[in-house]
Amino acid sequence: MKITTVVNGQMHESDVEPRMLLVHYLREVLRLTGTHIGCETSLCGACTVLLNGAAVKSCTLLAAQADGAEITTIEGLAKDGQLDATQEGFWEEHGLQCGFCTPGMIMASYQLLQRNTHPTDADIRHALEGNLCRCTGYQHIVNAVQYAAKKMRETAATA
Amino acid sequence: MIPSAFEYLRPTSLAEATRLLARHADEAKVLAGGHSLVPLMKLRLSRPSMLIDIGRLGELRGIHEENGTLVIGACTTHYAAESSALLQQRCPLLAETAAAIGDVQVRNCGTIGGSIAHADPAADWPAAMVALNAQFTLASSKGTRTISASEFFVDMLITAMQSDEILTEIRVPSNPPRTGSAYLKVAQPASGFALTGVAAQVTLGTDHRVQQVTVGITGVSSKAFRASATENALRGQAATAEAITQAAAHAADGVEALDADIHASPEYRLHLARVYTKRALLRAVERAGS
Repeated sequence: MKITTVVNGQMHESDVEPRMLLVHYLREVLRLTGTHIGCETSLCGACTVLLNGAAVKSCTLLAAQADGAEITTIEGLAKDGQLDATQEGFWEEHGLQCGFCTPGMIMASYQLLQRNTHPTDADIRHALEGNLCRCTGYQHIVNAVQYAAKKMRETAATA
Repeated sequence: MIPSAFEYLRPTSLAEATRLLARHADEAKVLAGGHSLVPLMKLRLSRPSMLIDIGRLGELRGIHEENGTLVIGACTTHYAAESSALLQQRCPLLAETAAAIGDVQVRNCGTIGGSIAHADPAADWPAAMVALNAQFTLASSKGTRTISASEFFVDMLITAMQSDEILTEIRVPSNPPRTGSAYLKVAQPASGFALTGVAAQVTLGTDHRVQQVTVGITGVSSKAFRASATENALRGQAATAEAITQAAAHAADGVEALDADIHASPEYRLHLARVYTKRALLRAVERAGS
């Protein structure tokens, strides 16, 4: 079946099997391999992308369900070579070790900061319940999101 | 982890969806958010040869109030329910239940109707649905019918819905004054499903006695149930911690718990039901008073 998507601002028309998962469409058809497959059971969140602005687990969606949608993957966050505040936060606060969970963590963090500009640490942990990390113990991830939240508030204040 | 092949149809109206389902009832499954169905299909535990995607039908989404009844479209996402100002004001038990489901990503996609139609014994919605005596509207090419939540949930993953029916609407009463509620859940840490989930709602009289009380429990048995012994023990009593503690001790009376699994023994589930009934009722009464 034919589907049309806009991924990171670029339009794609593709012919896919109805049973193709969105994560396989992104990785194998569009060659955007920043989105990772971690658990295959909808738990780990390494596959998280934004679909029409909402963070979703792309391993649990059919590409067919994304027909006509705007999708943002980790590759689409940085603008004009400038890291997004969330990416900068993960860099500055060492919010990753092996990096496997990181794209999904960043997309979920991005969603949180769209919805809540002043998250508490508890808010951040709650918002990232859908993302598992085996390396960091999560504290540096929380710090990274707080860094990004602060940077975004400062940017908004001076705008 | 790839589903078996199927034909995919996306009708543009409920009427078209029910016509398609009437023709293909034996081979088709209905897709809303897909967050119960797609995981099953990836494991090939479910292998429909056709999917009818109703997830984008605007007529099945949205929340409004009419004549003291809240009407929720079946394809309303858990996130929309959680963040609905109308639900937060008029039936906070539903907003609180929605907020407890899964995680952010699941709540962005999963729908209240999809969850209810799937009838997982550890899903969160059924507790509030039986507690509030929710009425479900089922549509088919032959017409519509209404069924109460307690009649709808038959057994683990089994409902009273026919294979040619689609759940379209959920109706619950708006809260009367001096009503407080709580949904408390013991979540299995990895999956987030309820080992026990208790939905409690209490309406107090001006004398601070319990005028109405309802307790719905999920995760413990093959389907959600009302803790009627607790309700009967508490109705008409002064809303004290002692009365609640005594009443909650009966929360699991007559209940057959799920068989022992990797998460819990039946005895532990029944124990959790009693403990969390007490906690949920204490919180509900506290909220009713304020």
